[in-house]
Amino acid sequence: MEPFRKIKSIVTPFDKVNVDTDQIVPKQFLKLIHKTGFGKFLFYNWRFDNNGNQIPSFILNDPKYKNSKILITRDNFGCGSSREHAVWALKDYGFFVIIAPSFADIFYSNCFKNGLLPIILDSKTVDSLFQTSSEIEVDLEAQKITTPTKTISFEIDGHRKQILLKGLDDIAMTLEYEDEISDYEKQATIPSLL
Amino acid sequence: MPQTLFEKIWDSHVVVESDNSPSIIYIDRHLVHEVTSPQAFEELRLNKRRVRRPDLTIATMDHNVPTSDRSLPIVDQISEVQIKTLEKNCQDFGIQLFDIKSPYQGIVHVIGPQLGITLPGTTIVCGDSHTSTHGAFGALAFGIGTSEVEHVLATQTIRMEKPKPFEIKVVGKRKNPHAITAKDIILSIIRHIGTNGGTGTVIEYRGEAISDLTMEQRMTICNMSIEAGSRAGLVAPDEKTFDYLRGRKFTPKNYDDLVSQWQETLYTDSNASFAKIFTIDVSNIAPQVSWGTNPAMVCDVTESVPFPEEYAKGNEDQRKAAEKALQYMSLKAGTKMTEIEIDRVFIGSCTNSRIEDLIEASKVIKGKNVSSKVRAMVVPGSQMVKKQAEEMGLDKIFKDANFEWRESGCSMCLGMNPGILAPGERCASTSNRNFEGRQGTGGRTHLVSPVMAAAAAIKGHFVDVREMDLN
Repeated sequence: MEPFRKIKSIVTPFDKVNVDTDQIVPKQFLKLIHKTGFGKFLFYNWRFDNNGNQIPSFILNDPKYKNSKILITRDNFGCGSSREHAVWALKDYGFFVIIAPSFADIFYSNCFKNGLLPIILDSKTVDSLFQTSSEIEVDLEAQKITTPTKTISFEIDGHRKQILLKGLDDIAMTLEYEDEISDYEKQATIPSLL
Repeated sequence: MPQTLFEKIWDSHVVVESDNSPSIIYIDRHLVHEVTSPQAFEELRLNKRRVRRPDLTIATMDHNVPTSDRSLPIVDQISEVQIKTLEKNCQDFGIQLFDIKSPYQGIVHVIGPQLGITLPGTTIVCGDSHTSTHGAFGALAFGIGTSEVEHVLATQTIRMEKPKPFEIKVVGKRKNPHAITAKDIILSIIRHIGTNGGTGTVIEYRGEAISDLTMEQRMTICNMSIEAGSRAGLVAPDEKTFDYLRGRKFTPKNYDDLVSQWQETLYTDSNASFAKIFTIDVSNIAPQVSWGTNPAMVCDVTESVPFPEEYAKGNEDQRKAAEKALQYMSLKAGTKMTEIEIDRVFIGSCTNSRIEDLIEASKVIKGKNVSSKVRAMVVPGSQMVKKQAEEMGLDKIFKDANFEWRESGCSMCLGMNPGILAPGERCASTSNRNFEGRQGTGGRTHLVSPVMAAAAAIKGHFVDVREMDLN
């Protein structure tokens, strides 16, 4: 995974509560067996009409936000299905940061495996960012968001922060605990399925 | 210190605990299916990693398999590639697979308990959010993403922050337990606590109304924990639990010893504390029907489609969401739920496709006919459920009434196989998600219990199933 750098971009204001992963990537695109190329399916049924033409009123189709790397949205983003395809699509489309008052648990966890930074801020601060039309900067190392008028701090678990900053391989890190895992297996009675 | 059941299971599975990073938790059972696993196996290959414990891993194909005649070739070539990929991955990595021809094939959350793979006190994961179903047996079971699938395959562990325990007390006695089902209980709960009411928690369902339920009904409850935002929901095991799992294909040989151990350990201590508590009385609940586009947008069948302002109770985000939902669902606020006409009926999914669901629905159907305006289908949860139903003659009852009787799979719950809604079609569905386009692009889903779906199939619109004779 690529190390996470400072991100400077305008924000895409996506004013919806409870956005579920079925909307982020509809089911018809879950049949693929690789991780790449999901960006074109992002919010497919909201972005495109039945003939595959862009729906101009959908926020992502506004040319203003074409190069935006930061999505700002409302409560419970990513609820529903565990499909990691949702994160692959957001990342492949070009987002590096998603800001919301809350995220669904599985989606939140999936983000960190793919270099996507989910930031939780209180609703009032999120509201204020919805009004920001200029670029903002997200500095993960310092845990700060800088807008033209203020600096906002955010919380993040230290382990997950390091994973993103250094682009670490989660599995390799766990495999360093091989002895502990083997010791656990020796004392546990886990009925086999063979 | 007194502990909740969840905390006891968690503690007994901690491999490494550290203060400022997620714990490493051992996984006893890993269930794999065709849709969320190919990228995990691909990465294992790229990184030259093995599957650490193939003996604790089991696979089936359920999400995108056709539920039509199994002797015919699969028409959808992309689906077929995914199915073949799972076959190859299981072969290469030595994982037991119940493929499309297997008598054990079925929805992963239906076959787990049926085969005795699911056990009390264990940790169970699967790349599917409805893994919470297995919590009905007193297991800590939750859905994971594909990267986590890869992590579990490689290490048999998962890294996770400890969720908080959430007690949902379900009290009272249902007046008509054939009409007011487990589905109505869980829909009522979600309606009250919201789709993020359980975020960051593991729910323990407790109280006499839970003890009263059969194992299959408890599965329906735990299954939809994720619709309230909880990755896992569980019920402390009791004699019903132990009886259900006795003598199944993978039930351990020393089962009675295990039961004795479980009886001594798998319960919440009397003075344990929960981070959150919610109580619901089921004595007076009505059959539930969803009207919107998330599983908290639900009302009694006797009510009308709510006005967005009334539903939102002052929350502007919720008001906008309700307005958009009504637009998508093509419903007018104030319309009586019983006046809503439907085009399709789907009885199936990991929520409601087990033998008891089919028995209950068949009682409504028996001797009647599906409305001429409605196309209705039953998709048993597994080949074992299908066989059992056929031995009981349920297939005949459904077919005589003009229901399609299908092969097992997830089918129209998520519309990955050919069985989907056409744009604009309205469906009474026993599944778990009424999200936009879930059952087919432009399709409109109303979540209901199996008996409510069956009644709607006959009448062509929603009806209060309490008015029908179900005995």
